[in-house]
Amino acid sequence: MNRTTIDLWVGIFVALGLGAIVFLSLKVGNLATFKSDEGYHLDARFDNIGGLKVRAPVKSAGVVVGRVEKIRLDPKTYEAIATLRIEPTYQFTKDTIASILTSGLLGEQYLGLEPGGDTATLKDGDRIAKTQSAVVLEKLLGQFMFGKAAEGGDKK
Amino acid sequence: MNDIARMLRRLGGGVIDAVWRLGYASRFIAMVLAASGMAFRRFSLTMRELYFAGVLSLVIISVSGLFVGMVLALQGFETLQNFGAAEAVGVLVATSLVKELGPVVAGLLFASRAGSAMTAEIGLMKTTEQLSAMEMMAVNPLARVVAPRFWAGVISMPLLAAIFSVMGVFGGWLVAVKLLGVDNGTFWSQMQAQIDFRLGIVNGIIKSFVFGAAITAIAVYEGYDAPPTAEGVASATTRTVVESALAVLALDFVLTVFMFRGTGL
Repeated sequence: MNRTTIDLWVGIFVALGLGAIVFLSLKVGNLATFKSDEGYHLDARFDNIGGLKVRAPVKSAGVVVGRVEKIRLDPKTYEAIATLRIEPTYQFTKDTIASILTSGLLGEQYLGLEPGGDTATLKDGDRIAKTQSAVVLEKLLGQFMFGKAAEGGDKK
Repeated sequence: MNDIARMLRRLGGGVIDAVWRLGYASRFIAMVLAASGMAFRRFSLTMRELYFAGVLSLVIISVSGLFVGMVLALQGFETLQNFGAAEAVGVLVATSLVKELGPVVAGLLFASRAGSAMTAEIGLMKTTEQLSAMEMMAVNPLARVVAPRFWAGVISMPLLAAIFSVMGVFGGWLVAVKLLGVDNGTFWSQMQAQIDFRLGIVNGIIKSFVFGAAITAIAVYEGYDAPPTAEGVASATTRTVVESALAVLALDFVLTVFMFRGTGL
């Protein structure tokens, strides 16, 4: 095996390997839409965030417009504060409603943004005033059973 | 009383031997790293080893990757269909390949395909006194023989693991989309939505890099340390494969604990 043939094959091998890494990054990992430093931050306070996790998508009308960057508990008010990073191309009105929703029956939880009619838009570091907490299944079941029991009591 | 003393002596001797071997192997690897200059200055030496370790492993790596991906898609589809989530088969195939199976299975194949060859080659060079001859000519065999092989393994393992994962995803796509009729768009979009670049792909590459270093370190050490007999080389080759397989699986657990703990993934 002479030198140039070895060089050629190693070149093909390395090109294939690097191509595979690029393919994994772009096609499988979707690096193209992943820009960690861009975007502006918004805060949203919730009574209960349910199963929302860091890096969960933020969607508006079903389109991913950002990610949840940080979740912490306010030690005074006992509210959860979620910090969102929104892509700079999207602007939301001051009266936007943030709600925690679930994709499908068993899917992951995401944060939905629903813009209102205000003309002023939210700036970096602003707080979303109107929020809607996650639906906790146990509470919902409890309310349902309480309602049923009350209904049964009325009939008698 | 005498029996107890003998048992204790045997235990002590075993521990001292084990510690001595560990120290000897670490010192050997440190010396290889210190003598690595030539592997990069005369890169044609490393090039030749890249050909033997990397290029010649391409076929087995790609074919295994293809079949692993196809089987994963078939099995995953059966189970996911029960939950009405057959489209998630792409996520299943890609996640398991990129995070775990790619680096681990490629590592096991690499150990048996390239690691054993390295051990046998270095062991036979030692048996036929080629290494001693080099020393006589004032050529450091660590720099001339061992370091190029070590670096070739470290370089080719991440590339091979990436090729394995890509072939696996392709195999999964073939089975899921072409054979079982999963929607092509959903297959890719779910995969892209669920796999995180840093958590999934970068960590997979880090893993394969660590495995490559561990496998080649074991292979060159066992070859260099082999008793200079036919039997010695044979048992060293076996030890390389067994030890690398154990090292890859154990390291995989340790790395996974550190990489994915507390991220909710």
